[in-house]
Amino acid sequence: MSDITLESMSEQYFDVLKELGNIGAGNATTALAQMLQCKVDMKVPQVKLLEFNQIGDTMGGEEQIMAGIYLCVEGDITGSIMFLLEKESARHLVSKLMGMEMTEDDFSEIELSALKEIGNIITGAYLNSLSTITNLKIYPSVPDLTIDMAGAILSVPAIEFGTLGDKILLIQTQFTDDYELDGYFILVPDLESYAKILKALGLG
Amino acid sequence: MSEIIKVGMADLKVCKSPDGITTLGLGSCVGIAIRDPITKIGGLAHVMLPDSTAIRQNNNIYKFADTGIVELVRLMELEGAKRARMVAKIAGGAQMFAFQNKTDLVRVGDRNVEASKKALKTLGIPILAEDTGENFGRTVIFYPETGDYVIRAVGKAERTI
Repeated sequence: MSDITLESMSEQYFDVLKELGNIGAGNATTALAQMLQCKVDMKVPQVKLLEFNQIGDTMGGEEQIMAGIYLCVEGDITGSIMFLLEKESARHLVSKLMGMEMTEDDFSEIELSALKEIGNIITGAYLNSLSTITNLKIYPSVPDLTIDMAGAILSVPAIEFGTLGDKILLIQTQFTDDYELDGYFILVPDLESYAKILKALGLG
Repeated sequence: MSEIIKVGMADLKVCKSPDGITTLGLGSCVGIAIRDPITKIGGLAHVMLPDSTAIRQNNNIYKFADTGIVELVRLMELEGAKRARMVAKIAGGAQMFAFQNKTDLVRVGDRNVEASKKALKTLGIPILAEDTGENFGRTVIFYPETGDYVIRAVGKAERTI
């Protein structure tokens, strides 16, 4: 068993994660553009190691309503990945994908299903690039979606990180088509998987 | 003027009437509110995991139901609250996603609730009310003056337990 903790990670490892985040989010952006059939730009993602107390603030408060898409990862590495999006951004993407404005405040079954698909494609593109770079097999599970307060959704990855330490690793990506969307990736590999990713990149 | 004190994730605070105490967006975590009705000293702990002995990275005692609740009671006693008079209400412990992965984190919400009840029982503190489980997030506000524990959730009517 490896003795890595999030606190003890080196600068170098952060740079690697940042780069992985960058490439992954880049792929996700391309996938999003193809799906929406329009141009989507992306800013350089920010990788942050945050205290549990700070994560809500980063997303506009713990009570900010977000859409969270969560799936498990199996294969050479195990863990989970979450993609979060503000509810308004989610509405925007769903409207765009379905080719009509959402009229109701709440998502209908079919709109939820469209949103799940968006999450699936974005996280899939992200995991694909991680898999390609590291040459590790990564199989995602079927995603699940919830729309709720940011704090409540984030409690799920926070608890997983909570078994490792007191911080959470967040990759924030800003997508722009005609509207600025803040998307957040949270990748939670288990401890052994961290070591495997490092080793695969020649840093272990 | 009374104020509302905020408790973060893996955090706990003690307050005295007329002040209130809140924690925002509880998911699988549990918010344990304890009150001494005579001194009107109250406390709120926002715990993330059930058991500090199951994990090596356990120096943050606020994070766990077993150690967090004991610490909250200790801090309340320092302020002058008496344990024999203390009563508790708990909320949270939802399962936010229909599936969870296959690790021991399965049903962590339920396990947080169970561990909180166990810790309170060991300390001899009765639980007067609870709003736990299901699949939605909760914001809670606790008023040591009355013992009211107000629960808000997205798309649901506010309720007080």
